[in-house]
Parts: sequence; C-alpha cells; structure tokens
Amino acid sequence: MATLRTDRWWLQPVVTASILTAFVVYSTWAAFQNANYYVGAAAHRDLISPFYSPCLAGDCVPGAGHGFAISAWTLSPALIILIFPLGFRLTCYYYRRSYYRAFWWSPPACSVADAHGSYSGESRFPLFFQNAHRYFWYFGLVLNVILTYDAIRAFHQPGIGWGVTVGTIVLTVNAALLWGYSLGCHAGRHICGGSVKSFHQSPLRYKLWKFLTPFNVKHMNFAWTSLIFVAFTDIYVRLVASGAITDYRLF
Amino acid sequence: MSQVTMRVWRGDANGGDFQEFALERQEGEVVLDVIHRIQATEAPDLACRWNCKAGKCGSCAAEINGKPRLMCMTRMDQLPEGPVTVTPMRTFPIIRDLVTDVSFNFAMAERVPALLPPPMPEDGYRMYQEDVERGQEFRKCIECFMCQDVCHVIRDHEENKQHYAGPRFFIRYAELEMHPLDTNDRRDYVREEMGLGYCNITKCCTEVCPEHIKITDNAIIPMKERVVDAHYDPVAWLGRKIRRRTKRTASEASVQPQP
Amino acid sequence: MTDYEHHDYDVLIIGAGGAGLRAAIEAKQRGLSVGIVTKSLLGKAHTVMAEGGMAAAMGNVYPEDNWQVHFRDTMRGGKFLNNYRMAELHAKEAPARVMELEQWGALFDRTKDGKILQRDFGGHRYARLAHVGDRTGLELIRTLQQKVVSMGTDVFMECKVLRLVHDEHGAIAGAVAYWRPTGQFVTFGAKSIILATGGVGKSWKFTSNSWESTGDGHAMALWAGAELIDMEAIQFHPTGMVWPLSVRGLLVTEGVRGDGGVLRNSNGERFMFNYVADMFRAETAESEEEADRWYEDHSAGRRPPELLPRDEVARAINAEVKNGRGSPHGGVFLDIGSRRSAEFIRRRLPSMYHQFMELAGVDITRESMEIGPTCHYIMGGVKVDADTAATRVPGLFAAGEVAGGMHGANRLGGNSLSDLVVFGQRAGLGAAAYLEGGSGPRGFDRGEVEAAIAQATAPFERESGENPYDIQRDLQEMMQANVGIIRNGPEIEEALVALEALSERVRHVAVTGGRAYNPGWNLATDLPSMITVSKCTARGALERRESRGGHTREDFPKADPEFGTFNLAHSVADGRWDGEFTTVRSPLLVMPDELKALLEEAH
Repeated sequence: MATLRTDRWWLQPVVTASILTAFVVYSTWAAFQNANYYVGAAAHRDLISPFYSPCLAGDCVPGAGHGFAISAWTLSPALIILIFPLGFRLTCYYYRRSYYRAFWWSPPACSVADAHGSYSGESRFPLFFQNAHRYFWYFGLVLNVILTYDAIRAFHQPGIGWGVTVGTIVLTVNAALLWGYSLGCHAGRHICGGSVKSFHQSPLRYKLWKFLTPFNVKHMNFAWTSLIFVAFTDIYVRLVASGAITDYRLF
Repeated sequence: MSQVTMRVWRGDANGGDFQEFALERQEGEVVLDVIHRIQATEAPDLACRWNCKAGKCGSCAAEINGKPRLMCMTRMDQLPEGPVTVTPMRTFPIIRDLVTDVSFNFAMAERVPALLPPPMPEDGYRMYQEDVERGQEFRKCIECFMCQDVCHVIRDHEENKQHYAGPRFFIRYAELEMHPLDTNDRRDYVREEMGLGYCNITKCCTEVCPEHIKITDNAIIPMKERVVDAHYDPVAWLGRKIRRRTKRTASEASVQPQP
Repeated sequence: MTDYEHHDYDVLIIGAGGAGLRAAIEAKQRGLSVGIVTKSLLGKAHTVMAEGGMAAAMGNVYPEDNWQVHFRDTMRGGKFLNNYRMAELHAKEAPARVMELEQWGALFDRTKDGKILQRDFGGHRYARLAHVGDRTGLELIRTLQQKVVSMGTDVFMECKVLRLVHDEHGAIAGAVAYWRPTGQFVTFGAKSIILATGGVGKSWKFTSNSWESTGDGHAMALWAGAELIDMEAIQFHPTGMVWPLSVRGLLVTEGVRGDGGVLRNSNGERFMFNYVADMFRAETAESEEEADRWYEDHSAGRRPPELLPRDEVARAINAEVKNGRGSPHGGVFLDIGSRRSAEFIRRRLPSMYHQFMELAGVDITRESMEIGPTCHYIMGGVKVDADTAATRVPGLFAAGEVAGGMHGANRLGGNSLSDLVVFGQRAGLGAAAYLEGGSGPRGFDRGEVEAAIAQATAPFERESGENPYDIQRDLQEMMQANVGIIRNGPEIEEALVALEALSERVRHVAVTGGRAYNPGWNLATDLPSMITVSKCTARGALERRESRGGHTREDFPKADPEFGTFNLAHSVADGRWDGEFTTVRSPLLVMPDELKALLEEAH
C-alpha cells in the first residue's frame, strides 16, 4: 500500500477488524439461540442478558418479560431489540471512524493510500443514513433505562431477599458502561447544548454540555469497553442459565 | 556524536527522487535545523518553506517518515533510528523540493461567507468567555495545512478538490457558526458547496494537528449535526415549518458583509 | 527593454503583517485598488509571533486607565526620544482599533461582564493588554487576513520586492519584484506605496525574528530617498530561550512575568530588586511581599521589578550572567511553576507550555525556564509624519515596525500590535488623502527596474564566488559581538570596517541552481538590505555617545540630556542611492505644554 510510513500503521486496523468481527459473529450466534438468556426464580436469581432485554416476544421465558409483549412474535426476542443498539453503534461517529478504516480501508491509516478509486463519503445513498444517528441515541437511552432497571432488580433474589451476587455486579457494570458510552455520544452532546449559539444565554444547556464533554472525550474508551462488556455479560448470564457455572453470592 | 542519514525528496512538477545527505547529529536539533545545515553546506538551493521556526506560523509542514509534521517541532532525537525521510506534502502540487503549491487553501478561504455581526455598540460588543472559548479553539489554527494534506478525501481523490473544503475550513465554518455575534447561516452552503458529507470522520486531521485542535469532535461532527438539524432531521424540519422559519438556500447563505 | 508581468494599483502595500493588512482594509474601504505583496504566504508574517497582547487604554479592568496614562507610559518607556505625536495618536486611537477587530471576527479573552479582558505587562501602569491566551499576534493576523480576503483584495504571495521605482520627479511610481516560486520578475505601477515590511532582527545571531526580518523596507526607503531615524535603538527582549542551541533566541512571552513569573539567578535570588533605576523607583515594589501583593490588587502594592521596561530587564540579566550568577547555559531562570498552579499556567500560557515541553523537554509548570536576552525589535525606522504616515518621498508611506519614532529609544511590550493597527489605518488614510489631492506619478523609471534586476541576477553569472549563507552567518556573528546589547566605541568602529568588507563580499556572491524557489538566491537578494540596515545601526550606535533605552554604551553608561533632544537621521544626499548615506542630528518635535504636563504628573 502506498505510504512512506515505516511504523506499524497496520496494527490498529487489524486489531479493530478482529474485535469487531468477533463481536458480530458472537452476537449473531447469541441472538439466534433464543435460550439461556434468563436466570429466574428457580435458581433464586433475576438475571437477564442485555441482548434479550426488554424481552418482548410472546414466548419469553417466565419472569424475563417487562410486562409488555408482542404475542405474534415467536422468533428470538433478541432479534426485536438488537437492531437498536446495533444501529446506534453502526451510526456512531467513533465506530464509523473505526470501520471505515479497518474494513473499508478508506483510508486504512493516516497518510496511507485509500483503497478505492473514487470516493463520495457520506454525501450519498446509502451512507447519508448515518445522519439518523440521533434517533438511535434516543432509543439507546431508553434501553439504558431498562438495563439499569434490570440491574437494580437483580439485587433482589427471589426467595432470598436483597443481596449482591457476581451477576448483579456484572449487570451493574454493564449498565454503567453503556451509560458512559451513550453520554459521550456526539449527537447527544449537540442536542443537549452544542447546538446553541450562545451558552451565556442558555446556562442550563451549557452546564449539561459541560457535563457531557468529558464523556465525549472518552467516547472511544467507552465504545470499546462497553462493547466487550456487553458480550461478556451475555456470556455470563448464558453460562449461569445453562448451569455451567453458579452465580456466586457475595453477601 | 553519531551520524544521521537524511533522505530528502528533490525535484519539481516534472518529477524527482530522493537525495541522501549524511550529517553529524547535534544536541537538541529539530528536522528543520538539519535541513538548514544541508542548505548552508551541501545544497544551497534545497527549497524548503519556513518562517518562525517556533511552531507558530505553520510554514514548514512536510512529511517526515511518511507522516505530516512541522519540521521545526520535530526533534531529531525523537525519531526512530535509521534514515529520516523528508518529503513534500503529497496532497498539493509540487513547486520544488519540499515546497508545495498550497493555493487550493487560499482559494477555499475566499469562498468562506464572512462573519455577519450586528452593528457594534459604541463601547464595543459584549461576549462571554464561555461563548468565545469554542471559537478560540479553532482560531488557534496556524494554517500549516497538514490536516488538508492528510485528509484522504483530497489526498487520494484529486477530483474532490472542486467541491470539498477540507478540515481547516470546516473548523473555520464551525467557528463562524458558533460565533455568538454571527447572523449568517452557512449550514446548507457547507453541505451543498463545501462537501461536508464527504468527510467520513476518520480523524486523521485531528491526529496531525500541531495545535491539538479537536477538529473532528469539536468542529466537523458539530457541523454535521447542524446540517442534520437543517436538512436531515424530519422532526427539526417539522419544527421549522410550524414556526414558519424560512429556510435559506446555499447561495443566500454565502453573504459577504459590505466592506 | 524586456517585458515583465505588470500590475497597476492605486495603493501597493509591501508586507502582509498587521500594519500592511490594516492599511489594505482602510484603502480598500475608501474605494481604492489595492495590491499586497508579501515575501511569504498570507498569514505567516512575523506578527504571528507576538504573544502577550495589544495595549489599549480601554479601562475594562482598571477604569482609572485612560489615554493620558498610556501616553505617559509610552513616552517614559521610550526615554522621551519618541515622536510625541505618534505616541499621542497611538494612545488615543488604540482602543477603537482594538474593538473594531471584533467586528471582523476576533475573539479576545473576556472579563466577567463580557468586555475585552486586559493583562499586565512591563512598563504599563495598568492592566492594559487585550489578549487571547499567549497567541494574540495570531489572532490579529488571522482577523485582518480574513477581512482582507473577504473584501477580495489581490495578494501577491511569495513575491519579494527588490527596489522602489520613482517617476521622473522623484515621486513614487511603483516597484520591481520577483516571484519566489518561479524566479520571474514582476513590476508594479503604483500611485502610492505603503511600506509595512517589519523589522531587521535577522542580522543578529540570537534573535526572535524569522528569516523575513531582513530590513527590506528600511533599506528600500533609504535607497529611495526617505530618512531613517533611531536605527541604533534595537530592543533585546529580556526573555528568549537559551537552550537547546538550535532554538536559542526563541521568544518567551513577557506574559509569563505579567502572570506572576519571576527572574532568579543561580543563587535563587530574585535579583531584579537590585536593578531598579531612579526613574522607576517611586512606582516599583521594594520587597518581594509588596510585589506579590500587587498581582492580586494593584492598589495593595507597587509593581514587581520584573515588569520594568524591557531594556532595563535585559541589561539586568546581562549583568547577572556577566558576574557569574547565570544558569548552566548562560542565561538566568524564569520561574512561574513554583508560583502558579499547573492548570493556570496551561490555560494562560499554552504555547509557552508546549514550546518548552516539545523543544527543550522542560515542563514549565514544575521547572524553571532558562532564558536570556534576544534581539527582538527595532524601534528605529523610516521617519514619517505621525498623522499620515507619509515619508519625505512623495507617495511613499510607512507603518508598523518599519516606521520609526513611535517607540523612541525603547518599546513597551504590547505597544507593537496596537502600533500596527493604529498606524496601519493611518497609512491607508494617508495614501487615500494623497491620491484624493490629485497626486500621482508621472512616468516610471525603467532604468531603476533594469538596474535592480541586473543586480539580482548577477550572482548566477559568477562562476565561483562567496556562499550567501557564509556571508549571512559572518554578518550575524559580527553584529551580535560588536553591535549587540552592550556596545562600546572601538567595537562599533570595528563593525563599520567589517560591514564594508561584507559589502564587498556581497558583490561577489555566487549561487547555484535555477531561479525557481532557490533559497540560496533568495538570501543573496536579502543581503544588500541586511548590510545597509546594519550600517545605519552601527553608524547610529557610534554617534549616540550615551546609553538610552535599547542602546547601551559601556563607555557612556548614562543618558545624556543633550542627546535626548534629537534623533539620528540617515539619508542619501540627493535622493538617489549610490552606496553612501549621511547621518545628521534631527531635532525632536516640540511637545505642546499640555502633553508635557502629563509627563510630569505623578500618577
């Protein structure tokens, strides 16, 4: 590839492509399982995988639902809701940077030649749909509320009472990382305050904007940690639900 | 002290090649010092553009070991062992040796619709620190044009130079759009005429900025979001319809204030 | 007679720094056709190097500030050698010139109530410098540049003017130049020319000036028949970097001291208290405690001695180093890290922080900077009429550093950026008034064009000869050694002899390669101006047998009242350059009594 760079510029795109591919493969597999996504009262637990929450299908595992269901839906419930976090991340400004580099090689790294002959960026169909990012952000916030509710609910173990298990910690950390990721969203930062002409005349929105800015600075960090952790959370719930491991109770 | 080999690209619009120079290393030197030593001794006609030699004017941008850098701010002792490659910025036409024709940028500067403030009160305008700070970040720009050089939209696609302003001017547009006194609306203009949508936010401009301006996060993305407000967001569009705010066209936005 | 590319303008402006661009805006607003010629790209002029701020008595921080106090500070700083009328106009007009910049997009730092914030600087009684962090010059040039561009002005970039061209009556008719990218010659027909070419500092070895500061405007004005005054008054900025050697001379803004930085010698002593001249004793703190109180509240103490005018501080540093109390690399220590928080330093002095971090590996929030005097500014320059910026050559105007008189024997920090916009605007007005009066050139002296081009191309015709870089280096070392910060008669005389020898060497310069972007050749065409200007400086330094402001003679260490009554003016006898110039005493303008009274008032 045309560059005079002598450093290992290819390392970053290779790592990015590997992690994203691994995540897509795993999440697709997990979404189609339609099983082992919930640990219920039988095990004195209330743990739901983030891939399956809210569980909206008609045949959700008892206890996993959130009081509302689309009874006609009989496929995996993950397929209903995963589209939103997927869309949120797919249109995310940070992920765009990463996959345009790692998969599309446009460009693979700075001052390394673009792999394509012609280029129109995000100005045309279909890529101008990236501009819908803010709508996915709104949905992302709703999901964060639900996952936070799931995490809180997990602290109440059916038949035992309030307590802390490894699973509660996993769900809590997961929700926290997802909040960290969503609060750093560029579209959100714009909507909350960045769009105003004069901060001085909108002091509340200025405060909000200032609150969000540090998250925005760390958006990359939250993007990766929350991505990896959400997969880990699903794995953890899946292992407990399948009986492979027990969710250890701390106190 | 030890020796260093400099591989400097020499030539003009008709082509050229690397020329090697072997020099003694000297303490604390930057790449520009070494280029100057070559000029003063072996190659008095080695062309290189520079002014302040303090990282403030942005004249001496070149590509060092393949990456855009200011020659005056790149210390020799921080480069890896081995020969040091110095080439002109690739995005712009070569004039001679390390000097490129950066007139693309000056042409784009002429197309920026200027600030349109209300008349100034007798004792000056009132603006507040929190409002000027956003623009001040972009006004740190020293116009080294390395962000323009590294941007693959024009680096690898010459044809896009017709309709793409580049990162340096996106921060200029962001500065004007965030200016507390400005009354001009350049959002459609930036989308239609200045090619904001061509940017795929791969952030190389931010990586090379010697002033550490967060070009992508603080200027380009906020500009893209402003364009969404004005053009892509149906809710915002509906809101405007209801409030009967007229939508400006790109040409209407490009108002130059009267001298 | 060869045909060259030719352009005609009402006003041709040479130099695209703050003064040139401000003049262009003014002339353009008056409906004149304007061309700007610059040796570099637009926006790269030396103005970007100005850090601390631009002085204007707006009274935003200290309401008791006004033009009278600013006038008095400027005159005292200049050791009363100033053109009083320039100092007066400058003090009166600077606030309006600063405020109008915001109409064109400038974003200065703000006070709490939304006005332009002002900072303290040496020699200014009140906090008076409008600023943007420590990159005020960049803000000024970018603002003016963007305004000029939005007005659709013709800018000739990387185009070096060689000589001014007269008409048949000795009035200005145009100029001859060459494009650096191609080496092709170009002529300009101009009804008036505004010189705004900046300074001369590149003739010294340790300088904060860029390669451009070769005194082209000074030399071209002299060659064209104008007078140069005060050429011996060179400001050595007290705080330049001293290490690493490759960046020696690089400026460290006075803002460091304005924001609380102090100077210490190798014993850790705040030595400036030992160097307070009688003239400043009444308003300078006597103890460290008093000085430190002043930073918080100017009425709680008197000014710290670190904020004396630059000439005083530079001499003090020089004396400390000479007496063996210097830092390891031959400077003294400038300490702000132990006195202010890291966050404060990074916010107020971001470019200083990066400059030291990246070039010297020094973290100024924790460690002291090593600094020493560096050649920074020439107070002297083309003698102009204060109100119109007109020189004695009809149609020739000058503004900014190339003009003389405004700053007298020593310039206060912050007075330069405001000088640029005040007199840049006045030069634009002056040129417009000159043209409105129906004046204009009759004819265009082609002989001058051909002579200048012949001189410029001669180095290509020599088979072998002097390397221009060698001459430049020898000139810089000689001027640094003989006409530096501390001078004496015999050394200056040696310098004058050496300059004759260097002139002779310039006549034998040979360059290799072609004319397109050839830095060796470009330097060869700069050398004649550098030598001419250095001669004026040396001649002035020899004649001024006293110490005053930026001119210090160890053989005449005191100011002599008699020498305080005149400028030394250099000019060519009949308005045509033949290699010789004369130097005469030119009496100062007589100041009206009401202004004199201001100087005597104890504020």
